[in-house]
This record gives sequence, C-alpha cells and structure tokens, in this order.
Amino acid sequence: MLNLAAIDLVSLGISTAKIIGLVFLTILPMVAYSVWAERRVSALIQDRIGPNRVGWAGLLQPIADGLKFILKEDFTPKHVRTGYYWLAPALTMVPALMTCAVLPFGSTLFGEKMVIADLDVGPLFVFAIASLSVYGIVLAGWASNSKYPFLGGVRATSQMISYEISLGLSVIPLFMIYGHLNLGKIVQYQAENGWALLPLWGESLQNWNWLLVIPVFISFIVFVTSMFAETNRLPFDLPECETELVAGYHTEYSSMKFALFFLGEYAAMIIGSGLAVTLFLGGWSLPFGWLTHAAGSDVPFWHGLVHIGVFLAKVVVFILFFIVVRWTLPRFRYDQLMRLGWVFFFEIALANIVITALILWLVTGPLNKEETEAPAEPTPAAQVSSIEQGMFDEPTLLVRETSTFRIQASSF
Amino acid sequence: MSQDYTPVLIQIVIASGFAVATLIASVMLGKRAMRNTVKDSAYECGMNPTGEGQARFSVKFYLVAMLFVLFDIEVVFLYPWAVVFRENVANAPVYFWGMLGFVFVLFIAYLYALKKGALEWKS
Repeated sequence: MLNLAAIDLVSLGISTAKIIGLVFLTILPMVAYSVWAERRVSALIQDRIGPNRVGWAGLLQPIADGLKFILKEDFTPKHVRTGYYWLAPALTMVPALMTCAVLPFGSTLFGEKMVIADLDVGPLFVFAIASLSVYGIVLAGWASNSKYPFLGGVRATSQMISYEISLGLSVIPLFMIYGHLNLGKIVQYQAENGWALLPLWGESLQNWNWLLVIPVFISFIVFVTSMFAETNRLPFDLPECETELVAGYHTEYSSMKFALFFLGEYAAMIIGSGLAVTLFLGGWSLPFGWLTHAAGSDVPFWHGLVHIGVFLAKVVVFILFFIVVRWTLPRFRYDQLMRLGWVFFFEIALANIVITALILWLVTGPLNKEETEAPAEPTPAAQVSSIEQGMFDEPTLLVRETSTFRIQASSF
Repeated sequence: MSQDYTPVLIQIVIASGFAVATLIASVMLGKRAMRNTVKDSAYECGMNPTGEGQARFSVKFYLVAMLFVLFDIEVVFLYPWAVVFRENVANAPVYFWGMLGFVFVLFIAYLYALKKGALEWKS
C-alpha cells in the first residue's frame, strides 16, 4: 500500500511539473504538428500543396482543427451501446499518454533526472500499458453496433496482439546485452559504450563486442516493423483501410471522441519512436561520447538542454520516417500480414535470441580469455597515475584531458 | 519501492483527467446535437442498414487470441533470463542450454500450430 503521508510535497510537485512539461508541452504539440507534417509531406510526395492557409505555411492548422473538434456537434447515435461508446476513446488515449512515464527524455536538468518514473522494469511497463489500448479499440468496434466498426475492431485486435509477440521477442537480445531493464541506465550505457546500432566507441570496440551489432540490427528491423503494425500505420493499416472498411473502428465516431482516437494513435506513434530511439539509437546521448557525463555526476545546465534537444530531434526524424514509409509502401493483404507476424518475425526473433546468446557466450567466454592473455593495456586509472609520474608522452595526455569521458579514455 | 511508482499514479490521474475533460468540454462547448432517423441509423455507405450490427466472423480470430496468450507468456518468461544471461554464461553454460531447451519445447508447440493450419488465413 502507498503510504500517503510519506510522499513529500516537493517530489510530488517536481513529478507533476515533469508530467505537464512532457505530456502537455511536448507530446501533445508534437501530436498536433506531426499531423500537420504528415499532411504537408503527403502533399509534397503527391505533388499537391497541402494545408497552407491558416497561419504561415499552414502552421496554425492543427490549432484550428482542435478548435473545430471541440465545437462540433457532439452526437451519439441511437443504435450504439452508450456507456462503452463513450469509454472507448478515453481507453485508447490514456494508455498512450501513460507509457511516456518511463521514457528518459534527457539526462539531468537542475540535478533532476529527466524521466517521470525511473522504474527498473521500464520496457515491461511500456508493453503492459501499451497493450491496454487494444481494449479501447475492441470496445469501440463492439459498442458501435455497426458492421464496419465491428470488423475493423476485430481485425485491429488480432493484428495488435499478433505483433505484440514479435515486438516483445525482438527486444530480448538488447536486454541480454544491457543486463537490466532500466531505460535510464540503458541510455547511460549506450552514451558511454556506443549506441546499440552504432558501436564505434567505448567497450563495444573491445573483445569482439562489435559482433553484437548483427543481432541488434535484426532486432531493429523486427522492432520497427512490428511498431508500424502496433500503431496501425500503413503498410499495416488493415483495421481502418478506407477502401474496405470506411474508417474501421471509429466509423461511427465524431467530434472530440474521434479526435481522442486520433490523438491516441499519434501519441502511440511518438512514444513508440521514443522507445526505439532509447533502445537502439542511444536516447538523449550524442555519438562518440560528446557531452557525456558519468552517471550521478553534475551535468551543466546547457548540456542537459542539449540532451533533451537531441532526444526530441531523433524522435522527429523517426516520425518523418513513419510518414515517408506511409507513402512508399502499399497496404498488405490480411493473410500476408498474419503470415509476416506469426511466421517470419516470430521465427527470426527466436533465432535472433539464440544468435545473441551464442555471441554473448563467445564474447564473455573464449574470446575474452584470449584478450586477457595478451599483454594487458594499462587501465585509465593506471594511466593517470603514471602521467603524474611524468612517464607518458603526448597520446596519454590527450586521455587525461578527457578523463571525465570514460569512453574515450578506454578507446585510445 | 512504491515511492518509484508515485509519479506513475499521478500520470494516470492526469491522463484520465485530460480525457474526461476533453469529452466534457466537447459536450459543453459543442453544437447541440440534432437527431433524426437517418442520422441514428448505422453507417453503411448511405444505404439502409441490413441485418444485425454484428456480423459473424471467422473462428481464426479466437485461435489467434489463444495462441497469443500462450506465446506472450513465453516472451515474459524470457525477460528475467535475458537480464541475468550476460554475467553468468561464461561460468555456467547451463544458462545457454537451459534456455535453448525451453525455446525448443515451445518451438515444437509452434510447429504443431503451424502444421494444423491455425496460422493459415488463405483458405
């Protein structure tokens, strides 16, 4: 049980500030502007102009749309199951906004960790909460009491739970490599020892550790593709494909209730991108250990800001990737979709786990022993002490200058 | 321990509060809904709705749901093993062979489902 008296008001206030900062000042504007970006980029790809009337280059369009959603006629048709009909949009959006609680969106600012809840079960939390949004969709389909939403809801449910398996399996190799499930520590490890997909500095260069990039790359492909399917994006938007099902599970919805589905879908896309960036592309860290600080040490104010900026920039690149893919690939057929998830990705992900296990066994076992039998390189600490004795010349002096960056010290 | 989860609790409250607030705002600020028979009928591309709202659907969807429960549990069982694998495998190869056995047993179950055509959607 939560001991309510033990919660001090200061940490409560800080958490609330972080939640409002992340959810209302970052994710919701990002949702609005990724809709705008999607419309502009689609127009660009299809040789149209796109929304360009409201504000400069149509930049106020999302705000106008939001206002219109709120002011629209709020209509509940008679044939629906009213209670569930109202519950469904909220059930789709709330999990999408909740999953961002464990994403580290920056290093530290004012001595505060830039993550809402620093849990040791981060990815498990994300998967557990994200799969709750299936309930919203299946309820929407069932409560609408109409044919198209019903078929869309059933399709969406079966697609989302199918791809959840390959999503869950595809990240296991990463947790084998990192050795824990705390997303903050995972990013810190990548900042110091090379991103999972870019092992070019730190420990990843030693003891054949770079071999791990092979399973990580396979994981990345499976993870990103499953994420497309989880968020019902093209080429996997079977639940709402216009030509067959009108709009799928939200056919009977209008005004703000429809907007909540929209919001939930885009928020899920942004948080999925955030998770992919965190696990595979080093989260808030810059490559080669630039501006990286050891865990728990003081981070200068502007470095903290740069880290948040880097994280958001990576997420934005990922969202643009989502949009470009939408206008590049045609939609799959339903049997192809199920076959891809259950047959190809399931088998590839399982094989990938075994490959990772083998590589890790070799890296920590036989290959590691060869390395230790060779003349051992002096550890950074030993180097620093011998510099003090004046025994080393130029290259090691370089090491000393950057001695706060453990990474560079060991890669020299 | 439970202290770590306090922000999650606040997050749940704020997120659900936001959802409820937008739904209420839409009712308060939106135009009053006008009803008529056509508007109240289910959307079927402008035709009069026929039959039940809920069509029958393939039993395959149930099969997928059942297989999902089975294999999702497998995934969850692999997580704790994945976390302790790296530091222990060099000294205890059982960490590798044990997992291989576990995955092998489930893979046989998977092959059975595949052979039975549970994942075949074309027919």
